[in-house]
Amino acid sequence: MKTKHFRLPEFSLRFVHVWRRNLLVWRKLAIPSILGNLADPMIYMLGLGYGLGAMLPDVGGMSYVAFLAAGIVCSSTMMSASYETMYSGFSRMHVQKTWDGIMNAPLTLDDVLLGEVVWAASKSFLSGMAVLLVALALGLTNSALVLWIIPLVFLAGLVFSGMGLIMTALSPSYDFFMYYFTLAVTPMMLISGVFFPVEQLPPAIQAVTLALPLTHAVALARPLMSGTLPHDIILHLAVLTAYAAAGFYLALVMTRRRLLK
Amino acid sequence: MTPLPHLNVSKLRKSYDGHEVVSGIDFELRRGECFGLLGPNGAGKTTTLRLCLGLTDPDSGTITMFGLPVPQNAREARVRIGVVPQNDNLDPDFTVRENLLVYGRYFGLATSEVERRIPALLEFAGLHTRGGSKILELSGGMKRRLTLARALINDPDLIFLDEPTSGLDPQARHLIWERLRNLMNQGKTLFLTTHFMDEAERLCHRLAIMDRGRIVACGAPRELIARHIEPQVIEVYGEDAERWAQEYGMRASERCEKTGETFFCYTHDADPIVHHLDARPNLRYLHRPANLEDVFLKLTGRELRD
Repeated sequence: MKTKHFRLPEFSLRFVHVWRRNLLVWRKLAIPSILGNLADPMIYMLGLGYGLGAMLPDVGGMSYVAFLAAGIVCSSTMMSASYETMYSGFSRMHVQKTWDGIMNAPLTLDDVLLGEVVWAASKSFLSGMAVLLVALALGLTNSALVLWIIPLVFLAGLVFSGMGLIMTALSPSYDFFMYYFTLAVTPMMLISGVFFPVEQLPPAIQAVTLALPLTHAVALARPLMSGTLPHDIILHLAVLTAYAAAGFYLALVMTRRRLLK
Repeated sequence: MTPLPHLNVSKLRKSYDGHEVVSGIDFELRRGECFGLLGPNGAGKTTTLRLCLGLTDPDSGTITMFGLPVPQNAREARVRIGVVPQNDNLDPDFTVRENLLVYGRYFGLATSEVERRIPALLEFAGLHTRGGSKILELSGGMKRRLTLARALINDPDLIFLDEPTSGLDPQARHLIWERLRNLMNQGKTLFLTTHFMDEAERLCHRLAIMDRGRIVACGAPRELIARHIEPQVIEVYGEDAERWAQEYGMRASERCEKTGETFFCYTHDADPIVHHLDARPNLRYLHRPANLEDVFLKLTGRELRD
């Protein structure tokens, strides 16, 4: 690793064309993509929410399905951002050499990665929004505060996109991403308050969850969806912003090291 | 005053993990010429190209493109260049036309402007009936031509071509060469890397032969042949070639070298050798004028490079 890899990012507005490129691909596959993105979270939300929820009393002062809806908005954003930056990102970086082609034009790797992170955040934003719309349609939320979910989901998308791009920069092949999913994404989804309140966990694990970005996204999303102001807004936003910024920067450093040898 | 060269490279060095890949090279590209960089695999051609594009930083030395320092102002310089990479990186998700559209936007061109340029480029690439085709439906030659058209979307002054005809059949290669000559006639400057000698001899005004990170010779193809090689070559092969070379060939020629099972006899006067061979029907031979490949093999050696 050389010092030049650590220099601060220098962006140009041309990153927008990277975003537009990905949009054009997505538009060709939009319907199956949306349905695919929606199916998995819906199965969790409706299956667990109504099935398991029927046997449960109120959780955190609301029906279990409403409790779960807020968590699933965040986790589906996480999933979508991770898949996009890892599997699709790796295709563009390593298999199709799309990034190499772009860097022969007047764009730099910094622009490419910014375009990719904003793109993946946009795509995962749609996933989060799709779940939110279903929750609204089912009457699981009806507060005006829910509008704050919109920027929150985008921020969460940036967080998990940046983290995904770190994995992509390190990855020798597609198989590598399985480690990240089984060792990071799935455990995080289980202990960050998506399926049950973090308070149910032993204190030691609760402390761990405080370091995980998904915990902070859920901690903001759930009260907003149930119509109450979240506690510690600044803290949660600070953690998410720090993850987004540090994740992106680290991804950039690692990708520079990989591609700009 | 002579016009500023499009690209000037001076005392360029680059090493990876203590192994020097580019060891102090100098060259320049004059406006409107086709300059070739030749070398065996691993000679440092692709690294040189990446350095010139500003994709990697040199350890020392300077690169100036259109008067701009590279890599510092590489982004600005790249506005005026086109690149045909060694391996096609066309977008498989897009049609032929979309590939050009998306690529043109990277240069900051408006969609309408790119769309205005596309028909002429498709015509140039012989793909005017394939605008709506998927990349997977194209042959290797078509993909190369599309990659070339894509490199022209910003109407560049300087075009980098990294082994542009590798993997193509002879028909497809001739078509690419014809298009490249067409570009030269339009006044474009070309920077070509290749290990095909016929390609270099055909296209390049000047070329540099690179080996182990150094430029070992530089000049016009004819001039390099005249400077480094005897004008006549007789290639001798067949079962008895070895014995013939030992007994006669090595003595009768000025230089005699072996590659594989063929003996190459270099000389100024081929007649005596040809007469000698004509009397020996069990030996097969080819008498020809010296070419760039002879220069290349003499300067870079005959052993295999991997």
